[in-house]
Amino acid sequence: MEVQSLPVDYLPILFQMLVALGFVVLTMTITHLIGPKRKTADKLSPFEAGIEVVGNARTPVSIKYFLVAILFVLFDIEVIFMYPWAVNFREFGVEGLIEMFIFMATLLLGYIYVIKKKAIEWGD
Amino acid sequence: MELTFVIEKVVLVSVIFLITLGIAAYSTLAERKIAGYIQGRVGPHRAGPFGVFQPLADGGKMFFKEEIIPSQSNPFLFIAAPCLALLTASIGSAVIPWGQDVTIGDRVIQLQVANINVGILYIFGVVSLGVYGIMIAGWSSNNKYSLMGSVRAASQNISYEIAMGLSLIALLMVTQTLSLREIAEQQNGFWQNGWFSWNFFCQPIGFLIFLVCSFAECNRTPFDLPESENELVAGYHTEYSGFKLGAFLFSEYINMFVSSAVMSTLYFGGYNFPFMNDLGLSANIIAVLGVLFLFAKIFFFIFFFMWIRWTVPRFRYDQLMNLGWKVLIPLSIANIVVTGIWITVKDLL
Repeated sequence: MEVQSLPVDYLPILFQMLVALGFVVLTMTITHLIGPKRKTADKLSPFEAGIEVVGNARTPVSIKYFLVAILFVLFDIEVIFMYPWAVNFREFGVEGLIEMFIFMATLLLGYIYVIKKKAIEWGD
Repeated sequence: MELTFVIEKVVLVSVIFLITLGIAAYSTLAERKIAGYIQGRVGPHRAGPFGVFQPLADGGKMFFKEEIIPSQSNPFLFIAAPCLALLTASIGSAVIPWGQDVTIGDRVIQLQVANINVGILYIFGVVSLGVYGIMIAGWSSNNKYSLMGSVRAASQNISYEIAMGLSLIALLMVTQTLSLREIAEQQNGFWQNGWFSWNFFCQPIGFLIFLVCSFAECNRTPFDLPESENELVAGYHTEYSGFKLGAFLFSEYINMFVSSAVMSTLYFGGYNFPFMNDLGLSANIIAVLGVLFLFAKIFFFIFFFMWIRWTVPRFRYDQLMNLGWKVLIPLSIANIVVTGIWITVKDLL
């Protein structure tokens, strides 16, 4: 049942990446060469609903987005921890299941804390 | 390593890549046609009979358009972003098993580019990379709408990735493997040991969560906030023109195709179809029929994506975040718990 993958099994992925990369580079170069090039200052200014550009777009973004990103890193690592367990969990039996439930309970505690702290409230 | 192996794989990769491009191109026509019929119009019908040459016309137009790199942008990243989006979209299909092995002479040909035992993790990784293209595009454009769109996109994609990962855990508990090929083989036929063999019938809630998350990951309506046109012009690709814009639209349709293929493989039996073992056909014919069935399932899911687009209105951003964090994550954890208890009790009895 258990299948071992050799490094050679991963090689075709590299082929696919090379084919995709070749296509992307080729089309990007061709379209760069054959398109018309009549550039004016107005054409090259950033689009801003038809008015003059006000300031720079690289302004600070709402902190909530960063909060979501940090929470994502926390939760995603815990999700990845569960993958090896999920694949083998029949062999671990009841004991493994209970242990995993304890792990998930601590995860849930953190989750409830995040919700109670209103870290992902976007209402206002 | 033999030369035939390399040739076989390169041919397979090229064929799959061309099919992917073709499906992505014709998905744009299908989308406009379906939109037309749903809204009581006929959709594009001028370019060739029933508009079949419309994707070629669109593609040609995008090829010959002037490319604009805004003066305030970061040119290197501005060009790299659409390349990255298209690249990450088109490598996802490498681990999908397209059909059973075909035997020609004494050579067995696998209809899968890379048969690796961590297929699901590979898909997961490629999906996560997809957000970089959008994020870089938005930031490098130096446009307020683009930045807003890309920040929203990044936030939305990572939020739904957690629920997606959790919904897959419940599936892995049933299948006991990360290899997509083994998962497809386990779902052989349609009926096994007194129950449906397709994983959908063991994991209906898991499938529902996965479906919602793949809509969000593909930035499709009702989760298309990154490009919501009535607030953000066109979101992260506001500043793009010509083929670079095409690359973003293309990668969206390729993502749709790949996630439809993943959904069909994980939950709907992949290349398996009902009564496949009772027809008495040779293995090669079964394999070819299997490929056709897999594509039928994929086309159904692509149609489903479009059907939803013209049926359900867009979510508000707080609703989107609430759905992802407060509904889908608890629901998928509950699904894992129920699945775990169910399988353990079944093993004990």
